[in-house]
Amino acid sequence: MNPFSYAKPGQLAEAVTAATSTEAAKFIGGGTNLLDLMKVNVMRPRHLIDLNNLPLRTIEPTADGGLRLGALATNAETAYNAQVRQRYPMLSDAILAGASAQLRNMATNGGNLLQRTRCYYFYDTGTPCNKRTPGEGCSALQGFNRIHAIFGASEQCIATHPSDMCVALAALRAVVRITGKNGERTIPFDDFHRLPGDTPHLDANLAEDEVITAVDLPPEGFADHSAYLKLRDRASYAFALVSVAVGLDLEGETIRSAALALGGVAHKPWRDQEAEALLVGKTANRNQFTIVADAVLANARPYRDNAFKVEMAKRAIVRALETAREGGKQ
Amino acid sequence: MSLTTVQDAPALVMKTRITLQINGTSYTLDVAPWTSLLDLLREYIGLAGTKKGCDHGQCGACTVLADGKPINSCLTLATMRDGQQITTIEGLSSGEQLHPMQQAFLDYDGFQCGYCTPGQICLAVGLLNQNLLKTTDDIRELMSGTICRCGAYTNIVAAVQEVSGAHEGASK
Repeated sequence: MNPFSYAKPGQLAEAVTAATSTEAAKFIGGGTNLLDLMKVNVMRPRHLIDLNNLPLRTIEPTADGGLRLGALATNAETAYNAQVRQRYPMLSDAILAGASAQLRNMATNGGNLLQRTRCYYFYDTGTPCNKRTPGEGCSALQGFNRIHAIFGASEQCIATHPSDMCVALAALRAVVRITGKNGERTIPFDDFHRLPGDTPHLDANLAEDEVITAVDLPPEGFADHSAYLKLRDRASYAFALVSVAVGLDLEGETIRSAALALGGVAHKPWRDQEAEALLVGKTANRNQFTIVADAVLANARPYRDNAFKVEMAKRAIVRALETAREGGKQ
Repeated sequence: MSLTTVQDAPALVMKTRITLQINGTSYTLDVAPWTSLLDLLREYIGLAGTKKGCDHGQCGACTVLADGKPINSCLTLATMRDGQQITTIEGLSSGEQLHPMQQAFLDYDGFQCGYCTPGQICLAVGLLNQNLLKTTDDIRELMSGTICRCGAYTNIVAAVQEVSGAHEGASK
């Protein structure tokens, strides 16, 4: 690793100030992604601001009946939290579908949102990558792009966001709480991550001085009818080729409201609000689920090696919705 | 040719003073910020039982316990663990008395070359501490973060099942 200096502030304001006053500073939570990227010379911060002394580790109910997930709670603490398991099972399942037991004991919720793509060209400093060095070009566009995006990509970048947790958070309409030099703000989960456009080096709508302090879950957790389905190259410990988070609020066989987001297919968790609307008021059956899956994938734009993701995503959406209808047991 | 070591790091880099409880012994150390917990254990404490496989959090050979929970020691800075209790493979036995998980790996032949074994055993002990091993499917899923290239998985599952009392079959 390249040399860097290190500080562990005890106050949030101190951390924010350090980020604005120090050149090439980065916050560190669990470090599982950042330190890895520093070892391969993809990220080169000169100063690390360790957030782990800040009191941002609790998981507690919010005034509106939701649940607040502290940014420094680990992925394991969150996935195994009794309230998360009971009220937001799709979130617990999504977290446990990602990484490994050891990594989940280290990785934080805030860090999960900010993890970088696993595009192999991004990791390989011997090949051009616009996300790593703006203006270099995208090696994946004409390269081996089996794991890449089928939605929302640009000529500059076709990388995907790697998180499982974030797919469930998008489906659940979570809200990200942020503190920076201009105070506190909130941002709906859908607006937190970005599409690559002409600035693929930016993954999220977050300024350098801003710290994620919590992720708020709304009261509706679709606990009775939800599912997280992840499809990958091996049964455990691999990133998603396609994943689906779904939730249904049912009255008998009729869908009152629905949640649907895909992972592994875009630069951000791909929540499809039109698909959600297509489910509302309809009967929860395979026919309707197929109509919705076809509608979601009608906008897909695959590349040379990832056309299989289109059919895979259609089938995953139908299967996840059927699983959710049956109460979430796969 | 001389190699640059961490000790020769530029003087302008401030080292951090940390205290770690490692296998029950307290160590106070001045470390460069970029020293991973894995490198600290192996290079500065002399505890070479913890193995460096990939150094990227993919193989799990470096698994140790931090406050009882299994983590990848290669992907955490030693300075981030200030004040914590670290347990390595060397800290599991009581003198000549092996930890039950160590004994089970012997009894069930839970290894061939042995390079991943410290990581496998520390991970299994950590998962037991976290009370997560109820079924054999739990073992297979939660042990997936430590890879055995010899392919001793069947015997590793048997060893962990013996100690954990996990039932056959799927998670509930």
